[in-house]
Amino acid sequence: MTNGMSFTAIFFFVAIVGLTLVITWWASKRTSSASDFYTAGGGLTGWQNGLAIAGDYLSAASFLGIAGAVALFGFDGFFFSIGYLVAYLVVLYIVAEPLRNLGKFTLADMITARFDSSKVRGTAALSTITIVLFYMIAQLVGAGALIQLLLGIDYWIAVLIVGVMMTTYVLFGGMTATSWVQIIKACLLMLGTVIISFLVLKEFGFSITSMFKEMGTATDSGAAYLNPGLKYTNGIDTISMLIALVLGTAGLPHILMRFFTVKDAKTARSSVIWATWIVGIFYILTIFLGFGAAYFVGKEDIIAANAAGNMAAPLLAEALGGDILFSFVCAVAFATILAVVAGLVLSGASALSHDIYGQIIKKGKITEKEQVLAARIGSITIAIISILLALGAQTLNVAFLVSLAFCIAGSANLPVIIYTIYWKRFNTAGAVTAMLTGLISALVLVAVSPNIWNPVEGKAIFVGEPLIMLTNPAIISVPLGFLGGFIGTLLSKESDAKKYREVEVKANTGISVQDVSH
Amino acid sequence: MANNQTNKAVVIDYDAIAHQESFKSLVRKKNSFLWSITVIFLAAYMLLPILTSYTTILHQKAFGEITWVWVYSAGLFIMTWSLCHLYVAKANNFDKEAKAIIEEYENGGGRR
Repeated sequence: MTNGMSFTAIFFFVAIVGLTLVITWWASKRTSSASDFYTAGGGLTGWQNGLAIAGDYLSAASFLGIAGAVALFGFDGFFFSIGYLVAYLVVLYIVAEPLRNLGKFTLADMITARFDSSKVRGTAALSTITIVLFYMIAQLVGAGALIQLLLGIDYWIAVLIVGVMMTTYVLFGGMTATSWVQIIKACLLMLGTVIISFLVLKEFGFSITSMFKEMGTATDSGAAYLNPGLKYTNGIDTISMLIALVLGTAGLPHILMRFFTVKDAKTARSSVIWATWIVGIFYILTIFLGFGAAYFVGKEDIIAANAAGNMAAPLLAEALGGDILFSFVCAVAFATILAVVAGLVLSGASALSHDIYGQIIKKGKITEKEQVLAARIGSITIAIISILLALGAQTLNVAFLVSLAFCIAGSANLPVIIYTIYWKRFNTAGAVTAMLTGLISALVLVAVSPNIWNPVEGKAIFVGEPLIMLTNPAIISVPLGFLGGFIGTLLSKESDAKKYREVEVKANTGISVQDVSH
Repeated sequence: MANNQTNKAVVIDYDAIAHQESFKSLVRKKNSFLWSITVIFLAAYMLLPILTSYTTILHQKAFGEITWVWVYSAGLFIMTWSLCHLYVAKANNFDKEAKAIIEEYENGGGRR
């Protein structure tokens, strides 16, 4: 399968690249203001934005990673699907509408709607950029390995191809191009997943019970495959990981940014509904992808292709649908990676160019033209930094960086978002301490965790005993983020009830949304 | 909802709105709805890893070879979709109230 590319594979790859470039060219003519660049002018409809959110969310880690995890670990892999889905309720119930009503381009805009301070803005931008870089390194390293495997080209060329493509979309087409690439990719990904799932079900005579019956004996784990415990044996660690999954989404910058691409809170609401249905159906289908791969490809071949199981879905496509389906699925995986990293570049650039350069350094005194130029320079900067980091991280096992990104998002961003909207006494000092405690505690706890330290050489980045046994520190760092914000608030006398009333009115009625946004 | 705000030069007196009884009642209703549902779904969700890590209740077979852990998970999916639609239904009502609050403010002689 990896001895060079077939004609069909080349056809699908070229078609995807061509299609996305046409979209970028079309979008470039509609991208003239900063608002066009960062938020597609706030002009997406509910279903469009919903598909784009789903697109942002169904990263390669979801598609390739969860399919592989279910294939190798049965139910334990499915934990991710559950956590990622329920997370949408947190987004919908707590964050989406107030965020739309208060913010403009970035998370920092939303918090500074209450606390007009460059310290707050700078800290929010720092946490955004940290999350974006970690998430991006994980995606780029994964992408490099995948494309290397699929096309038989060198890792560094693969990373450069992805890097150049993502920069092209963002640079010329801004949020409009990125959104439409997401929308199309989400549709293609769903199509591919539905086709494979259909083929898997067909093999089992369209009976879910007989599929489970077969799976109970199909793997070397026997009946244990259908129950939790194959991978996650430490209860606290499992709980901690699930906390990160469910709370992290509501703090991920590239997801939060998606609520500024619609015109009002009502549209933000309807886009979450669209996204939840699409993502939910997709996650149900990960059962078929995973089970199918375990049954028709087999554990050994999956691990032989990629130790983390990332090739499970493409190999399953090949086993059931031959070269055409294999090529299609690989091309879709490629599109998935491109779309997600483009969205990440854009949210990183918004923090760098809008928050740090435009609002802190230039104090908001910046023309429309300068803003767009700054946004483009910021995008190139973020892209170059992440490409360099990804090139350096080739041999490291960076899969844990995605869950680290979720952990930071839940620990540093979510507490400050909740306090800003719902807590009257909250103040500037509290906002800064909430973000810093969450960010620093997540980073430090991961730095001393088994992801980084392992006594056996080659198992982790450094050789040695980890200080804590948690692979995901959310169970400690999320409460610390909330606590940090609480203590920071009480230590400072500052309290502006009048400003809070304004925020409360805006968040709940959307009254000034047009003054704030466009 | 901001359709009424055609003139951008208008200064909105947020304090006046915040002190309207109708606004206070909306915020109270909204927050108690949002947070009570949030507590419920987070509890239902967190119960899953707690049950799977510390008990074997969900390891028992429910239908054929399908164990209860899958049934519980399916329940969480159904819960997610149902609560999404419950939210929309509630939020549409809140929208109407918010609109009435803005109208009340505009007619009730907010300082402008």
